[in-house]
Amino acid sequence: MEHYNMNLTVKVWRQKNSKDKGGFVSYQVKDISSEMSFLEMIDVLNEKLIVEGGEPIAFDHDCREGICGQCSLYINGKPHGPWMANTTCQLHMRAFKDGDTIVVEPWRAGAFPVIKDLMVDRSAFDRIIQAGGYISVNTGNAVDGNSLPINKDHADASFAAAMCIGCGACVAACKNSSAMLFLSAKVSHLALLPQGEPERKSRVLNMVAQMDKEGFGACTNTGACEATCPKEISISNIARLNKEYLFSSLSSDK
Amino acid sequence: MTWKQVFTSSVGKKLVMGFTGIFLILFLLVHVSLNACIWANDGGKMFNAGAHFMGANVVPRILEIGLFAGLILHIIQGLMLEFSNRSKRGVAYANNYGNKGSKWYSRSMGILGTLILLFLILHMSNFWFPNRSHQNFMLGEEIDLYAKMKTTFSELWVVIVYVLGCLSLGYHLAHGFQSAFKTMGVHNKKYNQILTSIGYGFSVIITVAFVMMPLSFYLGWLS
Repeated sequence: MEHYNMNLTVKVWRQKNSKDKGGFVSYQVKDISSEMSFLEMIDVLNEKLIVEGGEPIAFDHDCREGICGQCSLYINGKPHGPWMANTTCQLHMRAFKDGDTIVVEPWRAGAFPVIKDLMVDRSAFDRIIQAGGYISVNTGNAVDGNSLPINKDHADASFAAAMCIGCGACVAACKNSSAMLFLSAKVSHLALLPQGEPERKSRVLNMVAQMDKEGFGACTNTGACEATCPKEISISNIARLNKEYLFSSLSSDK
Repeated sequence: MTWKQVFTSSVGKKLVMGFTGIFLILFLLVHVSLNACIWANDGGKMFNAGAHFMGANVVPRILEIGLFAGLILHIIQGLMLEFSNRSKRGVAYANNYGNKGSKWYSRSMGILGTLILLFLILHMSNFWFPNRSHQNFMLGEEIDLYAKMKTTFSELWVVIVYVLGCLSLGYHLAHGFQSAFKTMGVHNKKYNQILTSIGYGFSVIITVAFVMMPLSFYLGWLS
């Protein structure tokens, strides 16, 4: 692929803290290599800001390998930028051309309040996981991994759901700020495996209750989440979650 | 998990929308089938006989109460969900996600539903209310509904509003039909593919059939 350098205008959301109203600030960045990642471009911009005595742009990132779910950013109207099945850290500058203006916003959702600039508080996801995204494991010697027979199709579907990295792009893309794709991935992941069986009913009921408490919207099956998910989590998981919820609520004791 | 907790949860509210939606879809099937009797072109004999069965028989009249209950539940729950969902994003995006990955009508169910509601007010004040009030709202004699259709659909603006109302319904169904089954937990690929196809087919057939009714009168195809 041909290498080229570009000059860009980057319009970034700047917000001092959660109380600040915030607003867009435009920056000019020069000589950006097409082989840089998007976050490296922001690193370059931040170094320039620091040298100039300004405040660097705060943004979440960790592994920069597309697996940790820390990076976010709503780039040119799409979570994780223009590429399909991709995280922001894996978005490369060859997605843009010289002279482009790039608009960068944080995830927008009441349940994801902005901490600073492009960083949002996604601890609502942690609390949803705490409400039921776990399995009981006996202490003692490790059990042989092959002692539990698991249907291959279920194992595959479970693994596909377990791909969710909890980045929150589904919430960011959804017109209702619904966390149903995230939740359905977590519920499907465990509901499809024998290890998830003991808490199967209470898990889905508790996790949905926690999701509602966190202030996410309801799902309307538009499919925007599935289209933007960097890990291509299928929306069919949401229907599976609905089934789990319906049966668990019908058959619960109280 | 009490019933109250279930039906006030976000998934439970969607279940209410799904179940009432399917119930209303079944009603549409009855409505369109009965109304299709106008095309017998017998001066409304067959159609009025059908209307008489629905209006003067105690069973459909009891079902009518259920229909209203379902309709009102669908409207109120739908509007509440729409307002609640809209409140979940305090600050709007400067650059919106728009139509990447989702159909415009799937994102516009609240607006389409409101348009259908406005249309329903006109539609019921044209036919249901004059007819039932003539019956003293019990099982009395109905008015000649075929003649009523003929006079109502002789005005162009009424026909245009009806066509627009039916189009709103069509797009509402195009998303609602398949979405209702997903909400009720149908996640299997083989069923979803069939249900989505049936949903699109149903939406088109219902829309075309209902649109053709006022047009048939207005264009003078029926005696």
